[in-house]
Amino acid sequence: MASHAAMQVTLHVWRQRSRDEPGRMVAYPGVEVSPDMSFLEMLDELNERLTARGEEPIAFDSDCREGICGACSLTVNGIPHGPRKGTTVCQLHLRSFRDGDEIFVEPWRARAFPVVKDLVVDRGAFDRIIAAGGFVSVRTGGCPDANAIPVPKAAAEAAMDAASCIGCGACVAACPNAAAMLFVGAKVSHLRHLPQGRAEQDRRALSMVRQMDAEGFGNCSNYYECEAVCPKEISVQVIAELNRDYLKASFLHGERKAAGGGGS
Amino acid sequence: MTKLDSRVPGGPIETKWARHKAELKLMSPANKRRHRILVVGSGLAGASAAASLAELGYPVLCFCFQDSPRRAHSIAAQGGINAAKDYPNDGDSVWRLFHDTIKGGDFRAREANVHRLAEVSGSIIDQCVAQGVPFAREYGGLLDNRSFGGAQVSRTFYARGQTGQQLLLGAYQALARQIGLGRVTMFPRTEMLDVVVVNGVARGIVVRDLVSGRIESHAGDAVVLATGGYANVFFLSTNAKGCNVTATWRAHRRGALFANPCFTQIHPTCIPVSGDHQSKLTLMSESLRNDGRIWVPRTPGDSRRPDRIPEEERDYYLERRYPSFGNLAPRDIASRAAKAVCDEGRGVGPGGLGVYLDFAGAIRQLGEATIRERYGNLFEMYERITGEDPYRRAMRIYPAVHYTMGGLWVDYDLMSSLPGLFVLGEANFSDHGANRLGASALMQGLADGYFILPHTIGHFLATARLEKVDAGGAEFRRAEGEAQARVKRLLAVNGRRTVDSIHKELGRLLWDHVGMARERGGLEDALRRIPELRERFWSDVRVLGSGEELNQSLEKAGRVADFLEFAELLAADALYRDESCGGHFRVEHQTEEGEAKRDDARFCHVAAWEHAGDGRPAVLHQEPLTFEFVHLATRSYK
Repeated sequence: MASHAAMQVTLHVWRQRSRDEPGRMVAYPGVEVSPDMSFLEMLDELNERLTARGEEPIAFDSDCREGICGACSLTVNGIPHGPRKGTTVCQLHLRSFRDGDEIFVEPWRARAFPVVKDLVVDRGAFDRIIAAGGFVSVRTGGCPDANAIPVPKAAAEAAMDAASCIGCGACVAACPNAAAMLFVGAKVSHLRHLPQGRAEQDRRALSMVRQMDAEGFGNCSNYYECEAVCPKEISVQVIAELNRDYLKASFLHGERKAAGGGGS
Repeated sequence: MTKLDSRVPGGPIETKWARHKAELKLMSPANKRRHRILVVGSGLAGASAAASLAELGYPVLCFCFQDSPRRAHSIAAQGGINAAKDYPNDGDSVWRLFHDTIKGGDFRAREANVHRLAEVSGSIIDQCVAQGVPFAREYGGLLDNRSFGGAQVSRTFYARGQTGQQLLLGAYQALARQIGLGRVTMFPRTEMLDVVVVNGVARGIVVRDLVSGRIESHAGDAVVLATGGYANVFFLSTNAKGCNVTATWRAHRRGALFANPCFTQIHPTCIPVSGDHQSKLTLMSESLRNDGRIWVPRTPGDSRRPDRIPEEERDYYLERRYPSFGNLAPRDIASRAAKAVCDEGRGVGPGGLGVYLDFAGAIRQLGEATIRERYGNLFEMYERITGEDPYRRAMRIYPAVHYTMGGLWVDYDLMSSLPGLFVLGEANFSDHGANRLGASALMQGLADGYFILPHTIGHFLATARLEKVDAGGAEFRRAEGEAQARVKRLLAVNGRRTVDSIHKELGRLLWDHVGMARERGGLEDALRRIPELRERFWSDVRVLGSGEELNQSLEKAGRVADFLEFAELLAADALYRDESCGGHFRVEHQTEEGEAKRDDARFCHVAAWEHAGDGRPAVLHQEPLTFEFVHLATRSYK
């Protein structure tokens, strides 16, 4: 049975009024929590108390709180989404911490994800990368029967493994190069495993990588920090698949710049 | 009171939609470029509509309050999507899906709409597969199906436990493609605050940029609301934190009728509340009920560990009361039964608000490996949230508000009573009657967005005589001014109560009196107390910060202010509907065994409410429901 004993922690939270103002860590000592609380519920309760004493509450993103929408985006003690493997911070509970702990909470840190306020960042770059090529170009209507093209079960499973990406950006936040290649690789991998996605395989890799570079993300140099923090445990194999598609497409279509990878 | 005209075409039900499509006026591609459409919401309905309309050539502006359209709440749907493909050869057909949906909705949905939904269901699966949605497949490479509550055929397509996510990403990618092509302009982190009506037609919206706080207007030739349901009026629900009623409520205040607000769905298999800090509830797929057995101790107050309570001292109440459906009884029935045993003091866990969902027998019979393979991800989620290991100890579950069948009234073309305002997905009322079947919400959202609206909106634009308007016009200025004044007022109260504390109080009040079991006295009490709470909100709420920045308290305050108005209509509708049907259970109307008792003589109609001004009771309009094709009958799952 879960313990219901109260504990106390000290929170150090990044506060920043806006994109253009400098931020700083602010300490909130003596925060009373229950082990059954989620990490975000702790922030909710702290915000209630801050509001009561006239201090502005801490801004942070969250929506579904079930680990699927990808909105929540906190770095906890230096680790995007915190200490529990394969878990978004909205599903992290206080029983993963101990009475008296000091907990440091920061936003995603990456040039391509500017801070909007406190712990909220702008991840519009991810949407622009998808808009550049992360799709199959089909119109509504006139599609063949869903069973017209068989897809081997293994291919469908591999596509699904990659497609489970929630677009949270933890991979970028964890990477010393702030690379987005796990995110981009996941979409490229999802669609390259399916016959429906193969027609645009070359074009997709080229366009998405071009946009990724334009947004200011770095390149992969095989730290694998992204895989370690990914709440959906997406494998770095998708980066190898991205590199393969990108290189092949570059030769075929005359693009010279490689998408990174291949050791540092 | 007026009788509403749903403009359902005549003729046999099988040919209504085909004939209607043939009769709808078309518009040339060159003309489409001159009609700008505003789409609010980017979930399954909104994203699929925005993408499909842009493909046709309309300039589209699309708005969502999330930081990206990919995060809309459709993403959280787990189980699957129904379609009458009959791939398993088990006797499914458009007719059967139509019939099951009408019956599941307890005969409170409009036949013609439901039949059309079943007709287009197959095309949805074709569309999604072409987009690259990785549905589950069999070894031969063809699509796999599973069965779901309320049906005897296997017609549910799924992508692991993440079907909503994969369908939404498919629609999002179609939308992203149009954004990349410059045909859709996307406004993320932008919340709609009002609809602008010019000469009786919806011609624009007022929005707030949630980052800069700027309030501005957009003009268009049609407005499409795909803004989801209102389950968060209960504070605790399985909806995402941001889900709200503001867009539909504001449209209601501008003239759109609100239909059947009392039709709310309570899902039986959610993780129980663990304390006052609880911010939302988490649903676990109903599929758990296939192998888990639901029980409570026979004796009230029995606090022994579940495995120490011997068989003969347990009450498997669903198996006892519904021997043929047992643990698989429909959602509304299973939820009410759980409440009943908890009311008797036999609930388990903190506060006695829980029942056991026990896999011990299934693990003994099938082995832990099989159970892990079937439900591993759900067990993991349960363990993450409760800290308890469901392989060793019976899970605790409790019902939670999950979906709302009511919504803005729409005609057959999905247009509300306010001309030019179209409403899709959970935000409208039309297809699920008084109870939605599992795996039908995804189907409806995509049917509306991909295959229905693109046809019907073109007819509206081709036939309506629309004058030129621009966002600088007088009506726009006035609506902007009102929205600004509301923001100022929220910031000026500076009282002592936080927004959440008032929202929680509203939620408790509704859960107690307008929740799973409703009766006249409780509803009247709620109707007295909601206005008092609203008063308290406006005199004592505290919203810090300014309106010219990202201010999440201010966003919440605006939404709760609207919930506080909407709640009254919800309770009034529940009081008006003096019968039990589907998710709406009036204690006064039940059989001797405690089953819902419909009153077809008095209530076989849609109750659609017109806003009559602040402080005045809403005015009732009725749309009679006629069942020409499915025989009105009592639901039985015994």
